[in-house]
Amino acid sequence: MYTADEPLYPIAVLIDELKNEDIQLRLNSIRRLSTIARALGEERTRKELIPFLNENNDDDDEVLLAMAEELGVFIPYVGGVEHAHVLLPPLETLCTVEETCVREKAAESLCRIGSQMRESDLVDWFIPLVKRLAAGEWFTARVSACGLFHIAYPSAPETLKIELRSIYSQSCQDDMPMVRRSAAMNLGKFAATVESAHLKTDILSMFEDLTQDDQDSVRLLAVEGCAALGKLLEPQDCIAHILPVIVSFSQDKSWRVRYMVANQLYELCEAVGPEPTRTELVPAYVRLLRDNEAEVRIAAAGKVTKFCRILNPELAIQHILPCVKELSSDSSQHVRSALASVIMGMAPVLGKDATIEQLLPIFLSLLKDEFPDVRLNIISKLDQVNQVIGIDLLSQSLLPAIVELAEDRHWRVRLAIIEYIPLLASQLGVGFFDDKLGALCMQWLKDKVYSIRDAAANNLKRLAEEFGPEWAMQHIIPQVLEMTNNPHYLHRMTILRAISLLASVVGSEITNSKLLPVVINASKDRVPNIKFNVAKVLQSLIPIVDHSVVEKTIRPCLVDLSEDPDVDVRFFANQALQSIDHVMMSS
Amino acid sequence: MIGGDEATKAPAAGAPQPLEWNFSQVFGERAAGEEVQEVDIISAIEFDRTGDHLATGDRGGRVVLFERNDTKDHYGHRRDLERTDYLISRHPEFRYKTEFQSHEPEFDYLKSLEIEEKINKIRWCHAANGALFLLSTNDKTIKFWKVQEKKVKKVCDLNVDHSRAMGNGPVVCSRKSASSKQCMENGGCNERPSGYSSIDASLPSGGVPPLRLPVVTTHETSPVAKCRRIYAHAHDYHINSISNNSDGETFISADDLRINLWNLEISSQSFNIVDVKPANMEDLTEVITSAEFHPTHCNTIAYSSSRGSIRLIDMRQSALCDTHSKLFEEQEVPGSRSFFTEIIASISDIKFAKDGRYILSRDYMTLKLWDINMDRGPVTTFQVHEYLRPKLCDLYENDSIFDKFECCLSGDGRHVATGSYSNLFRVFGCSEGSTEATTLEASKNPTRRQVQTPTRPSKPPGTLPRVLRRGADTSGADANGSAFDFSTKLLHLAWHPTENSVACAASNSLYMYYA
Repeated sequence: MYTADEPLYPIAVLIDELKNEDIQLRLNSIRRLSTIARALGEERTRKELIPFLNENNDDDDEVLLAMAEELGVFIPYVGGVEHAHVLLPPLETLCTVEETCVREKAAESLCRIGSQMRESDLVDWFIPLVKRLAAGEWFTARVSACGLFHIAYPSAPETLKIELRSIYSQSCQDDMPMVRRSAAMNLGKFAATVESAHLKTDILSMFEDLTQDDQDSVRLLAVEGCAALGKLLEPQDCIAHILPVIVSFSQDKSWRVRYMVANQLYELCEAVGPEPTRTELVPAYVRLLRDNEAEVRIAAAGKVTKFCRILNPELAIQHILPCVKELSSDSSQHVRSALASVIMGMAPVLGKDATIEQLLPIFLSLLKDEFPDVRLNIISKLDQVNQVIGIDLLSQSLLPAIVELAEDRHWRVRLAIIEYIPLLASQLGVGFFDDKLGALCMQWLKDKVYSIRDAAANNLKRLAEEFGPEWAMQHIIPQVLEMTNNPHYLHRMTILRAISLLASVVGSEITNSKLLPVVINASKDRVPNIKFNVAKVLQSLIPIVDHSVVEKTIRPCLVDLSEDPDVDVRFFANQALQSIDHVMMSS
Repeated sequence: MIGGDEATKAPAAGAPQPLEWNFSQVFGERAAGEEVQEVDIISAIEFDRTGDHLATGDRGGRVVLFERNDTKDHYGHRRDLERTDYLISRHPEFRYKTEFQSHEPEFDYLKSLEIEEKINKIRWCHAANGALFLLSTNDKTIKFWKVQEKKVKKVCDLNVDHSRAMGNGPVVCSRKSASSKQCMENGGCNERPSGYSSIDASLPSGGVPPLRLPVVTTHETSPVAKCRRIYAHAHDYHINSISNNSDGETFISADDLRINLWNLEISSQSFNIVDVKPANMEDLTEVITSAEFHPTHCNTIAYSSSRGSIRLIDMRQSALCDTHSKLFEEQEVPGSRSFFTEIIASISDIKFAKDGRYILSRDYMTLKLWDINMDRGPVTTFQVHEYLRPKLCDLYENDSIFDKFECCLSGDGRHVATGSYSNLFRVFGCSEGSTEATTLEASKNPTRRQVQTPTRPSKPPGTLPRVLRRGADTSGADANGSAFDFSTKLLHLAWHPTENSVACAASNSLYMYYA
């Protein structure tokens, strides 16, 4: 028995707590498993700790998840790669539990260990494990097995390889849809390890089984496999076997399958080459852009740029652009929104002429969309289009859109546009900004919603960074200082916040001459909240201004505040004073 | 046929023999004069897909599980296994397995609404690793439960003597620690040493011999229920149905106006697939009363409405399935309309037959069997409550007319059953040529009040059975002179998936019958 004064006492407690009734303590011990293993030494870890873990897997899922994760990096603690196989049994058991995240973690750890194991050990230990799991009584084991084949297969001798392929093929036809889903999901990984001779025969027939599955959820995952498989195959095989599947998927009865195709289609273009792309994939994609189901159009619209980048410009202008035009007035706002977020990327693909002639009208109509998300998405990608057509063409339409968003009744919309103001400012340039947007930035400081006022203050800081202290001195600071006597104390607080943010950008001189006096003045405010915020701001100014200023101006003010009747004011004043002392001592 | 009297109709050659029903078991039988507690009243019954387990839910938010006596499950005691030989040939018998509190009463502070704990529906999910999984729901919240045999563990051989190390710390008592003095529970150590990292550095490379791992010995096992996931805040109205998809990964939940689709693994979001809420609630003419997934087609859902229609929707067509792919409803008979027509047309429950081709629906007066390939009318209509037609006014006044009776089909699809008043339930044969119609009472003597009222109308195309059959059923249970007791109603019942065995709930008692 260990007592508290012995050096190994903590470890002893840690080991005991592997079986504590409190789950937090068990979790803690499992997370420190490597410590326990080092205390026990490699041999006892192999002979006692690992079997112990294997026997005691009847635990809460949180503990099992932690165990699955720890065991994945446990090779050093059991004596290196030659002993790695001792880690397999507990992970094998974890691969069969009901909780998906535990199984996934266990399979991940098995893959990690398996990829380090010696080839002979893989044959002796890992492959039998995969076979056992694949033949498991419960679907949970069979689900996990599918994710291990790509580790087991490469080192298997020829006869075993045949067997593994046939087992995987059985998984693709399992009774339980969960197993078939797992088989579909892992097919790409497995296929990547299979010799090309068998790719065309075995793997493709598995793929065909999956693509004809009754369950939509299996077919969905098979779609994902298309692109992965397509990249492994020779172009002519891809055209012969994958292309017809994807074309028929693009007309599947289930909108979810078409949705997946819409998301994946562009990836397949490279695999099949330009000619089949033109004859097969472009028409399929155009169909998807015009799909009945809005969700499918959303997915397709979101990939418009990626798809166009692969095509040559004529094809894009001839086939895709008309669809884009239709989508820009789609009945679903989400479709328009998806389009707005990517449409800017088409400009470089189409070139300047086509952009001005064709894209710009679409673009302007989206900018006037009734749905704020659509306008925001356009504005957020402004830099991309600016590079192609220049800001002058745009500015006329842009400004009304911005002003409208700035006054939107949903504060989240206003917040979103504020976030883009620095980007707009950098694109539009100082002149434009001064004329049109400066007033808006000030107006937000008086917004009814705190988040907007806070974002507005932050925005001023970012603008000052963008255009420099001198510009800030002329265009921001006077307006901000004007508002220090606002009758509403919440607005005065916003100004204090803006000042503390601006001070860090404009430098000590302007802070000294312009900002500090205002702050000191505010310390005589009648509202305690203002006063303790003054204390906080002063504290933030300490590193910015000179020592002498700190001593001459800031400290006396804080001393006054530290004698304030309000407890919070005194607290923050004292905190600021301490921080002065701290700075003094360190310098 | 117009006369509609079964006597005129010779049973078709080779017509199946009617089932002979026998009492099998009762759980929670009421003693004479014992008052039933409201919370004990059973509100849901469901067999799992193998028929080895049965779950009931009650108004007190509890779920009780029963398991079949003769299953070859892994946890059966040797004694049970030895008995299996002679049990196997008999009808299924169940034993109590475990129970747990699934839902608690809650209060929605935002809406100032009390949320009852009553279990509205239970659905079983795929079993895995010997653990059972089920979904249970009350009006608002669905919960995913895992019930597993947990070993009762005894931990001994600890490194630290906690009784000494803790000094005067709290003594943790446990029912297990009492049995042996050497083996003690490892618990209650609140003062946890910190600073393992410094220890890490000082560990000798060969390990420290005296450290040892705790020895865990296991004795008996006991079932433990654990709530794995809670699917909440997705329904503005009361949930009336939940149903698993054949894909094993999704399920639906339906309330009065909406049907949501969930992934079993994700409780934070669901997708609305049906929304019948009109823009203006004053335009509301119909609500969803029940919804179920097709047993094998993962994309087909059927839902019933308060106006007596059943809609099939195809989830492949669209993300929001506001347009149905098929509509099943019976044409109203001209001239038969009354104040009660709409109320009694409301469908209280629908069930797919196992093969997915037929749908059984229950409204206040009848059971109807529909072929999903035939949408002009039901294949068969079974009169259940026709004798109540003269009393609809009374039933309306005491609200009984709004009772929601469930219905069920046998695993082979040849029989259907539904509940009635006075703790009666009725079983009908629905295979070709069958005229079987049996009334049974949920008691130890099910046939006590049985009156042979063969009422099954085999409907030739074009006839209107409901009207024409009127009167055929008036004998009802009134024949033996007893008045119907509207306070004892048998709302919930379930048919064993593979055998002719029915479980039904009479108030707080669970009765089981076999044929």
